[in-house]
Amino acid sequence: MNVFPYLVAVWLLGVGLYGVITSHNYIHLILCLTVMQAGTYVLLLSIGYVHGARAPIFSGIPASARVVDPVVQALTLTDVVVEATVVALLLALVIQVDKRYGSIDPDEISRMRR
Amino acid sequence: MTRGRRLAAAVGLVLLVGGLAWTAFGLPAFGHYHHRYGAVAARESLPLRRAENAVNTTAFDYRGFDTIGEEFILFVSVVSVVVLLRELGDEADHPPHRERPGATQQHSTLTRWVGSALMGPLAVIGADVVTHGQLSPGGGFQGGIILGVAVALSFVAGQYLILRRLRAIATWMDMLDAVGAGGFVMIGIAGLISVGPFLDNVLPYGHSGLLTGGIIPLANLSVGIEVAGAVLVVLAELLDQRLLSGPA
Amino acid sequence: MNDLLALILVLVAVSGTVAVLVREPARQAIVVGILGLLLALLFFAVQAPDVALSEFVVGAGAVPLMLTLALGKLRAQRLAADQLSARHAAAEPPGTWPGSAPNPEGP
Repeated sequence: MNVFPYLVAVWLLGVGLYGVITSHNYIHLILCLTVMQAGTYVLLLSIGYVHGARAPIFSGIPASARVVDPVVQALTLTDVVVEATVVALLLALVIQVDKRYGSIDPDEISRMRR
Repeated sequence: MTRGRRLAAAVGLVLLVGGLAWTAFGLPAFGHYHHRYGAVAARESLPLRRAENAVNTTAFDYRGFDTIGEEFILFVSVVSVVVLLRELGDEADHPPHRERPGATQQHSTLTRWVGSALMGPLAVIGADVVTHGQLSPGGGFQGGIILGVAVALSFVAGQYLILRRLRAIATWMDMLDAVGAGGFVMIGIAGLISVGPFLDNVLPYGHSGLLTGGIIPLANLSVGIEVAGAVLVVLAELLDQRLLSGPA
Repeated sequence: MNDLLALILVLVAVSGTVAVLVREPARQAIVVGILGLLLALLFFAVQAPDVALSEFVVGAGAVPLMLTLALGKLRAQRLAADQLSARHAAAEPPGTWPGSAPNPEGP
Protein backbone atom coordinates (compact mmCIF):
# COMPACT_ATOMS: atom_id res chain seq x y z
CA MET A 1 0.00 0.00 0.00
CA ASN A 2 1.54 3.27 -0.94
CA VAL A 3 -0.41 5.55 1.40
CA PHE A 4 0.01 3.40 4.49
CA PRO A 5 2.42 5.75 6.37
CA TYR A 6 0.05 8.66 5.91
CA LEU A 7 -2.81 6.59 7.30
CA VAL A 8 -0.68 5.64 10.30
CA ALA A 9 0.03 9.34 10.90
CA VAL A 10 -3.68 10.18 10.68
CA TRP A 11 -4.47 7.28 13.03
CA LEU A 12 -1.97 8.50 15.61
CA LEU A 13 -3.46 11.99 15.41
CA GLY A 14 -6.97 10.67 15.83
CA VAL A 15 -6.17 8.32 18.67
CA GLY A 16 -4.21 11.01 20.50
CA LEU A 17 -7.09 13.45 20.11
CA TYR A 18 -9.49 10.85 21.45
CA GLY A 19 -7.22 10.45 24.46
CA VAL A 20 -7.14 14.20 25.03
CA ILE A 21 -10.93 14.49 24.87
CA THR A 22 -11.72 11.61 27.19
CA SER A 23 -8.90 12.11 29.67
CA HIS A 24 -9.42 12.15 33.43
CA ASN A 25 -5.90 13.10 34.37
CA TYR A 26 -3.86 16.00 33.12
CA ILE A 27 -0.63 14.03 32.90
CA HIS A 28 -2.38 11.42 30.77
CA LEU A 29 -3.58 14.29 28.61
CA ILE A 30 -0.06 15.60 28.12
CA LEU A 31 1.18 12.18 27.07
CA CYS A 32 -1.67 11.88 24.58
CA LEU A 33 -0.46 15.17 23.13
CA THR A 34 2.90 13.46 22.72
CA VAL A 35 1.21 10.73 20.68
CA MET A 36 -0.36 13.38 18.44
CA GLN A 37 3.05 14.97 17.91
CA ALA A 38 4.41 11.57 16.90
CA GLY A 39 1.76 11.46 14.21
CA THR A 40 2.98 14.72 12.70
CA TYR A 41 6.59 13.51 12.68
CA VAL A 42 5.59 10.33 10.85
CA LEU A 43 3.67 12.37 8.29
CA LEU A 44 6.53 14.80 7.62
CA LEU A 45 9.17 12.15 7.22
CA SER A 46 6.99 9.92 5.06
CA ILE A 47 6.49 12.77 2.64
CA GLY A 48 10.22 13.23 2.37
CA TYR A 49 11.05 9.61 1.63
CA VAL A 50 12.35 8.56 -1.78
CA HIS A 51 12.56 4.90 -2.76
CA GLY A 52 16.07 3.53 -2.96
CA ALA A 53 17.66 6.78 -1.83
CA ARG A 54 20.11 7.28 1.00
CA ALA A 55 20.37 9.51 4.03
CA PRO A 56 21.36 13.12 3.18
CA ILE A 57 24.83 12.89 4.73
CA PHE A 58 27.46 13.23 2.04
CA SER A 59 30.53 11.78 3.71
CA GLY A 60 31.69 9.16 1.27
CA ILE A 61 28.98 9.41 -1.35
CA PRO A 62 29.13 11.86 -4.23
CA ALA A 63 27.20 15.08 -3.94
CA SER A 64 24.92 14.11 -6.79
CA ALA A 65 23.66 10.85 -5.29
CA ARG A 66 19.95 10.37 -4.73
CA VAL A 67 19.05 11.31 -1.18
CA VAL A 68 15.84 11.77 0.73
CA ASP A 69 14.53 15.24 1.33
CA PRO A 70 16.62 17.10 3.95
CA VAL A 71 14.20 19.98 4.42
CA VAL A 72 11.47 17.97 6.18
CA GLN A 73 14.16 16.31 8.30
CA ALA A 74 15.44 19.69 9.40
CA LEU A 75 11.91 20.74 10.36
CA THR A 76 11.25 17.51 12.25
CA LEU A 77 14.45 17.45 14.22
CA THR A 78 14.08 20.94 15.62
CA ASP A 79 10.46 20.12 16.27
CA VAL A 80 11.25 17.05 18.38
CA VAL A 81 13.46 18.99 20.78
CA VAL A 82 11.20 22.02 21.02
CA GLU A 83 8.11 19.94 21.73
CA ALA A 84 9.95 18.29 24.61
CA THR A 85 10.40 21.72 26.16
CA VAL A 86 6.75 22.55 25.62
CA VAL A 87 5.93 19.32 27.48
CA ALA A 88 8.05 20.69 30.34
CA LEU A 89 5.97 23.87 30.32
CA LEU A 90 2.74 21.87 30.40
CA LEU A 91 4.04 19.80 33.32
CA ALA A 92 4.83 22.99 35.22
CA LEU A 93 1.27 24.18 34.57
CA VAL A 94 -0.12 20.88 35.88
CA ILE A 95 1.97 21.20 39.04
CA GLN A 96 0.53 24.67 39.62
CA VAL A 97 -3.02 23.47 38.98
CA ASP A 98 -2.58 20.66 41.46
CA LYS A 99 -1.28 23.10 44.02
CA ARG A 100 -4.21 25.45 43.63
CA TYR A 101 -7.11 23.06 43.17
CA GLY A 102 -5.86 19.91 44.82
CA SER A 103 -6.77 17.74 41.86
CA ILE A 104 -5.62 17.00 38.32
CA ASP A 105 -8.89 15.79 36.92
CA PRO A 106 -10.15 18.10 34.16
CA ASP A 107 -13.83 17.40 34.85
CA GLU A 108 -13.48 17.93 38.58
CA ILE A 109 -11.68 21.22 38.06
CA SER A 110 -14.24 22.57 35.63
CA ARG A 111 -16.90 21.70 38.17
CA MET A 112 -14.97 23.49 40.90
CA ARG A 113 -14.56 26.60 38.86
CA ARG A 114 -18.23 26.92 38.06
CA MET B 1 -18.94 14.57 30.17
CA THR B 2 -22.56 14.75 29.25
CA ARG B 3 -24.03 12.52 26.61
CA GLY B 4 -24.61 15.36 24.18
CA ARG B 5 -20.99 16.48 24.44
CA ARG B 6 -19.75 12.94 24.07
CA LEU B 7 -21.81 12.45 20.92
CA ALA B 8 -20.61 15.73 19.46
CA ALA B 9 -17.01 14.81 20.23
CA ALA B 10 -17.41 11.40 18.61
CA VAL B 11 -18.97 12.87 15.47
CA GLY B 12 -16.27 15.51 15.23
CA LEU B 13 -13.51 12.96 15.71
CA VAL B 14 -14.90 10.62 13.08
CA LEU B 15 -15.28 13.48 10.61
CA LEU B 16 -11.75 14.70 11.26
CA VAL B 17 -10.06 11.33 10.99
CA GLY B 18 -12.20 10.31 8.04
CA GLY B 19 -11.53 13.55 6.22
CA LEU B 20 -7.79 13.34 6.82
CA ALA B 21 -7.67 9.73 5.69
CA TRP B 22 -9.56 10.65 2.55
CA THR B 23 -7.07 13.43 1.76
CA ALA B 24 -4.20 11.03 2.44
CA PHE B 25 -5.25 9.11 -0.64
CA GLY B 26 -4.71 12.22 -2.69
CA LEU B 27 -1.10 12.64 -1.64
CA PRO B 28 1.68 11.47 -3.94
CA ALA B 29 2.51 7.82 -3.46
CA PHE B 30 4.93 7.01 -0.65
CA GLY B 31 8.48 7.21 -1.94
CA HIS B 32 7.71 8.69 -5.33
CA TYR B 33 7.45 12.36 -4.52
CA HIS B 34 9.81 14.62 -6.46
CA HIS B 35 11.06 17.34 -4.15
CA ARG B 36 12.54 20.16 -6.11
CA TYR B 37 13.59 22.40 -3.25
CA GLY B 38 14.86 19.48 -1.25
CA ALA B 39 16.89 18.14 -4.15
CA VAL B 40 18.56 21.50 -4.67
CA ALA B 41 19.25 21.92 -0.96
CA ALA B 42 20.79 18.47 -0.77
CA ARG B 43 22.82 18.74 -3.94
CA GLU B 44 24.32 22.12 -3.13
CA SER B 45 25.19 21.56 0.49
CA LEU B 46 28.57 19.93 -0.15
CA PRO B 47 29.84 22.02 -3.06
CA LEU B 48 28.46 25.32 -1.81
CA ARG B 49 29.04 25.21 1.93
CA ARG B 50 31.58 22.41 2.15
CA ALA B 51 29.44 20.84 4.84
CA GLU B 52 28.53 17.18 4.51
CA ASN B 53 25.40 17.05 6.61
CA ALA B 54 22.70 18.43 4.36
CA VAL B 55 20.08 18.34 7.13
CA ASN B 56 22.18 20.48 9.44
CA THR B 57 23.03 22.88 6.62
CA THR B 58 19.37 23.20 5.78
CA ALA B 59 18.40 23.77 9.39
CA PHE B 60 21.06 26.32 10.24
CA ASP B 61 21.87 27.99 6.97
CA TYR B 62 19.19 27.76 4.31
CA ARG B 63 16.32 27.73 6.81
CA GLY B 64 18.17 29.43 9.64
CA PHE B 65 15.35 31.86 10.23
CA ASP B 66 12.94 29.01 11.02
CA THR B 67 15.47 27.61 13.46
CA ILE B 68 15.75 30.94 15.24
CA GLY B 69 11.98 30.88 15.64
CA GLU B 70 12.01 27.34 17.03
CA GLU B 71 14.85 28.22 19.34
CA PHE B 72 12.87 31.09 20.74
CA ILE B 73 9.88 28.82 21.33
CA LEU B 74 12.25 26.75 23.45
CA PHE B 75 13.53 29.85 25.25
CA VAL B 76 10.06 31.16 26.00
CA SER B 77 8.91 27.77 27.33
CA VAL B 78 11.88 27.64 29.67
CA VAL B 79 11.25 31.19 30.90
CA SER B 80 7.61 30.26 31.51
CA VAL B 81 8.62 27.17 33.48
CA VAL B 82 10.85 29.32 35.65
CA VAL B 83 8.11 31.88 36.22
CA LEU B 84 5.56 29.19 37.08
CA LEU B 85 7.67 27.11 39.40
CA ARG B 86 9.63 29.76 41.22
CA GLU B 87 6.45 31.43 42.34
CA LEU B 88 5.25 28.38 44.22
CA GLY B 89 6.75 29.76 47.43
CA ASP B 90 6.24 26.68 49.53
CA GLU B 91 7.74 28.52 52.45
CA ALA B 92 4.78 30.85 52.66
CA ASP B 93 2.23 28.14 53.34
CA HIS B 94 3.82 25.83 55.83
CA PRO B 95 7.21 25.56 57.46
CA PRO B 96 9.83 24.66 54.89
CA HIS B 97 11.03 21.08 54.95
CA ARG B 98 14.70 20.74 55.33
CA GLU B 99 16.41 18.47 52.91
CA ARG B 100 16.06 14.96 54.21
CA PRO B 101 19.23 13.93 55.99
CA GLY B 102 19.31 10.62 54.19
CA ALA B 103 18.87 12.17 50.77
CA THR B 104 22.14 10.93 49.38
CA GLN B 105 21.61 7.37 50.51
CA GLN B 106 18.49 6.81 48.49
CA HIS B 107 20.03 4.88 45.63
CA SER B 108 21.96 1.66 45.52
CA THR B 109 25.73 1.89 45.36
CA LEU B 110 25.79 0.47 41.85
CA THR B 111 23.47 3.17 40.52
CA ARG B 112 25.58 5.86 42.10
CA TRP B 113 28.82 4.44 40.75
CA VAL B 114 27.52 3.96 37.23
CA GLY B 115 25.83 7.35 37.22
CA SER B 116 28.96 9.14 38.36
CA ALA B 117 31.12 7.22 35.91
CA LEU B 118 28.88 8.03 32.95
CA MET B 119 28.77 11.76 33.49
CA GLY B 120 32.17 12.49 31.98
CA PRO B 121 31.90 10.35 28.83
CA LEU B 122 28.39 11.65 28.16
CA ALA B 123 29.59 15.23 28.38
CA VAL B 124 32.37 14.47 25.91
CA ILE B 125 29.97 12.73 23.55
CA GLY B 126 27.62 15.68 23.79
CA ALA B 127 30.38 18.14 22.94
CA ASP B 128 31.42 15.92 20.04
CA VAL B 129 27.92 15.76 18.63
CA VAL B 130 27.54 19.53 18.84
CA THR B 131 30.83 20.44 17.20
CA HIS B 132 30.64 17.88 14.40
CA GLY B 133 27.14 18.93 13.49
CA GLN B 134 27.90 19.82 9.92
CA LEU B 135 29.86 16.63 9.21
CA SER B 136 27.86 13.75 10.67
CA PRO B 137 24.37 13.27 12.06
CA GLY B 138 24.01 15.50 15.04
CA GLY B 139 24.19 19.17 15.69
CA GLY B 140 23.23 21.73 18.26
CA PHE B 141 19.85 20.34 19.30
CA GLN B 142 20.84 16.73 19.88
CA GLY B 143 24.20 17.53 21.44
CA GLY B 144 22.68 20.13 23.72
CA ILE B 145 20.24 17.63 25.19
CA ILE B 146 23.01 15.08 25.67
CA LEU B 147 25.06 17.69 27.53
CA GLY B 148 22.12 18.65 29.71
CA VAL B 149 21.35 15.01 30.51
CA ALA B 150 25.03 14.40 31.34
CA VAL B 151 24.85 16.98 34.11
CA ALA B 152 21.42 15.80 35.19
CA LEU B 153 22.87 12.31 35.68
CA SER B 154 24.22 13.65 38.92
CA PHE B 155 20.65 13.42 40.15
CA VAL B 156 20.50 9.70 39.36
CA ALA B 157 23.89 9.22 40.89
CA GLY B 158 22.50 10.50 44.14
CA GLN B 159 24.74 13.53 44.11
CA TYR B 160 21.95 15.89 45.04
CA LEU B 161 24.48 18.20 46.59
CA ILE B 162 26.12 18.92 43.25
CA LEU B 163 22.83 20.04 41.80
CA ARG B 164 22.07 22.09 44.90
CA ARG B 165 25.36 23.91 44.50
CA LEU B 166 24.66 24.44 40.84
CA ARG B 167 21.23 25.68 41.74
CA ALA B 168 22.74 28.15 44.14
CA ILE B 169 24.45 29.83 41.22
CA ALA B 170 21.19 30.00 39.36
CA THR B 171 22.14 33.12 37.51
CA TRP B 172 24.94 31.17 35.84
CA MET B 173 22.55 28.65 34.31
CA ASP B 174 20.06 31.26 33.22
CA MET B 175 22.88 33.20 31.64
CA LEU B 176 23.95 30.10 29.74
CA ASP B 177 20.51 29.74 28.27
CA ALA B 178 20.32 33.41 27.35
CA VAL B 179 23.81 33.48 25.84
CA GLY B 180 22.91 30.64 23.56
CA ALA B 181 19.66 32.20 22.46
CA GLY B 182 21.21 35.58 21.89
CA GLY B 183 24.25 34.12 20.18
CA PHE B 184 22.28 32.85 17.23
CA VAL B 185 20.69 36.23 16.70
CA MET B 186 24.10 37.86 16.94
CA ILE B 187 25.34 35.56 14.20
CA GLY B 188 22.43 36.61 12.07
CA ILE B 189 23.07 40.27 12.72
CA ALA B 190 26.66 39.74 11.66
CA GLY B 191 25.29 38.75 8.31
CA LEU B 192 23.10 41.85 8.30
CA ILE B 193 26.00 44.15 9.10
CA SER B 194 28.22 42.81 6.34
CA VAL B 195 25.85 44.12 3.70
CA GLY B 196 23.79 41.05 3.10
CA PRO B 197 20.59 39.41 4.24
CA PHE B 198 20.08 38.44 7.87
CA LEU B 199 21.89 35.17 8.60
CA ASP B 200 23.95 35.35 5.46
CA ASN B 201 26.81 32.92 5.62
CA VAL B 202 29.68 35.38 5.93
CA LEU B 203 32.58 33.36 7.26
CA PRO B 204 34.91 31.54 4.88
CA TYR B 205 33.76 28.04 4.07
CA GLY B 206 36.99 26.12 4.49
CA HIS B 207 37.91 22.96 2.62
CA SER B 208 37.19 19.92 4.72
CA GLY B 209 37.17 18.85 8.32
CA LEU B 210 35.91 20.71 11.34
CA LEU B 211 36.04 24.37 10.34
CA THR B 212 33.78 24.09 7.33
CA GLY B 213 30.43 25.56 6.55
CA GLY B 214 30.96 29.17 7.48
CA ILE B 215 28.64 30.17 10.30
CA ILE B 216 27.16 26.69 10.68
CA PRO B 217 29.55 25.49 13.43
CA LEU B 218 28.98 28.71 15.35
CA ALA B 219 25.22 28.37 15.02
CA ASN B 220 25.47 24.75 16.18
CA LEU B 221 27.51 25.85 19.17
CA SER B 222 25.12 28.57 20.23
CA VAL B 223 22.08 26.31 19.87
CA GLY B 224 23.91 23.56 21.78
CA ILE B 225 24.64 25.94 24.64
CA GLU B 226 21.08 27.14 24.69
CA VAL B 227 19.47 23.70 24.68
CA ALA B 228 21.86 22.44 27.38
CA GLY B 229 21.08 25.51 29.48
CA ALA B 230 17.36 24.97 28.92
CA VAL B 231 17.49 21.34 30.05
CA LEU B 232 19.50 22.29 33.13
CA VAL B 233 17.19 25.14 34.10
CA VAL B 234 14.04 23.03 33.71
CA LEU B 235 15.47 20.10 35.63
CA ALA B 236 16.78 22.39 38.35
CA GLU B 237 13.34 23.96 38.79
CA LEU B 238 11.59 20.58 38.94
CA LEU B 239 14.24 19.15 41.23
CA ASP B 240 14.14 22.16 43.50
CA GLN B 241 10.44 21.71 43.99
CA ARG B 242 10.94 18.04 44.67
CA LEU B 243 13.56 18.67 47.35
CA LEU B 244 11.49 21.42 48.94
CA SER B 245 8.38 19.33 49.26
CA GLY B 246 10.01 16.70 51.35
CA PRO B 247 9.61 12.93 51.20
CA ALA B 248 7.72 11.51 48.25
CA MET C 1 7.70 -0.31 0.59
CA ASN C 2 9.51 -3.19 2.17
CA ASP C 3 8.26 -5.39 4.97
CA LEU C 4 10.48 -3.95 7.70
CA LEU C 5 9.06 -0.50 7.20
CA ALA C 6 5.50 -1.82 7.20
CA LEU C 7 6.16 -3.78 10.39
CA ILE C 8 7.63 -0.77 12.20
CA LEU C 9 4.71 1.40 11.10
CA VAL C 10 2.23 -1.13 12.47
CA LEU C 11 4.15 -1.33 15.75
CA VAL C 12 4.16 2.47 16.04
CA ALA C 13 0.41 2.59 15.50
CA VAL C 14 -0.18 -0.16 18.07
CA SER C 15 2.05 1.40 20.72
CA GLY C 16 0.42 4.78 20.15
CA THR C 17 -2.99 3.23 20.72
CA VAL C 18 -1.82 1.46 23.87
CA ALA C 19 -0.27 4.69 25.16
CA VAL C 20 -3.65 6.37 24.96
CA LEU C 21 -5.62 3.47 26.44
CA VAL C 22 -3.40 3.10 29.52
CA ARG C 23 -4.87 5.61 31.94
CA GLU C 24 -2.41 5.68 34.80
CA PRO C 25 0.42 8.17 34.16
CA ALA C 26 3.22 6.16 35.71
CA ARG C 27 2.51 3.19 33.43
CA GLN C 28 1.77 5.38 30.49
CA ALA C 29 5.24 6.92 30.80
CA ILE C 30 6.76 3.52 30.06
CA VAL C 31 4.59 2.99 27.01
CA VAL C 32 5.47 6.45 25.75
CA GLY C 33 9.13 5.51 26.15
CA ILE C 34 8.54 2.44 24.00
CA LEU C 35 6.72 4.60 21.47
CA GLY C 36 9.76 6.88 21.35
CA LEU C 37 12.04 3.92 20.72
CA LEU C 38 9.85 2.59 17.90
CA LEU C 39 9.62 6.06 16.39
CA ALA C 40 13.40 6.35 16.40
CA LEU C 41 13.64 2.99 14.62
CA LEU C 42 11.10 4.19 12.08
CA PHE C 43 13.15 7.32 11.49
CA PHE C 44 16.19 5.17 10.84
CA ALA C 45 14.22 3.09 8.37
CA VAL C 46 13.22 6.17 6.36
CA GLN C 47 16.84 7.26 6.11
CA ALA C 48 16.72 10.05 8.69
CA PRO C 49 19.59 9.48 11.16
CA ASP C 50 19.55 13.05 12.49
CA VAL C 51 15.92 12.87 13.47
CA ALA C 52 16.41 9.38 14.93
CA LEU C 53 19.23 10.68 17.14
CA SER C 54 17.04 13.55 18.22
CA GLU C 55 14.15 11.26 19.09
CA PHE C 56 16.42 8.86 21.01
CA VAL C 57 17.91 11.51 23.26
CA VAL C 58 14.59 13.24 23.85
CA GLY C 59 12.43 10.16 24.25
CA ALA C 60 14.87 8.26 26.43
CA GLY C 61 16.59 11.13 28.22
CA ALA C 62 14.74 14.37 28.61
CA VAL C 63 11.05 13.44 28.67
CA PRO C 64 11.15 10.47 31.11
CA LEU C 65 13.36 12.53 33.42
CA MET C 66 10.94 15.45 33.46
CA LEU C 67 7.96 13.14 33.85
CA THR C 68 9.51 11.33 36.79
CA LEU C 69 10.34 14.56 38.58
CA ALA C 70 6.90 16.02 37.92
CA LEU C 71 5.10 12.87 39.12
CA GLY C 72 7.25 12.82 42.24
CA LYS C 73 6.44 16.44 42.89
CA LEU C 74 2.70 15.81 42.46
CA ARG C 75 2.79 12.89 44.84
CA ALA C 76 4.69 14.96 47.41
CA GLN C 77 2.17 17.77 47.10
CA ARG C 78 -0.69 15.33 47.61
CA LEU C 79 1.04 13.92 50.67
CA ALA C 80 1.65 17.37 52.12
CA ALA C 81 -1.97 18.35 51.53
CA ASP C 82 -3.19 15.18 53.24
CA GLN C 83 -0.92 15.81 56.20
CA LEU C 84 -2.16 19.37 56.44
CA SER C 85 -5.82 18.35 56.45
CA ALA C 86 -5.11 15.62 58.98
CA ARG C 87 -3.46 18.16 61.25
CA HIS C 88 -6.41 20.51 60.93
CA ALA C 89 -8.84 17.75 61.74
CA ALA C 90 -6.84 16.68 64.78
CA ALA C 91 -6.53 20.23 66.11
CA GLU C 92 -10.25 20.57 66.71
CA PRO C 93 -11.48 18.75 69.84
CA PRO C 94 -14.12 16.13 69.08
CA GLY C 95 -17.72 17.07 69.64
CA THR C 96 -17.48 20.66 68.41
CA TRP C 97 -18.49 22.07 65.10
CA PRO C 98 -15.53 22.22 62.74
CA GLY C 99 -14.14 25.72 62.78
CA SER C 100 -15.62 26.88 66.08
CA ALA C 101 -12.66 25.71 68.15
CA PRO C 102 -9.84 28.21 68.53
CA ASN C 103 -7.40 27.62 65.73
CA PRO C 104 -3.86 27.33 67.14
CA GLU C 105 -2.26 28.35 63.87
CA GLY C 106 -3.98 31.69 63.63
CA PRO C 107 -6.77 32.87 61.30
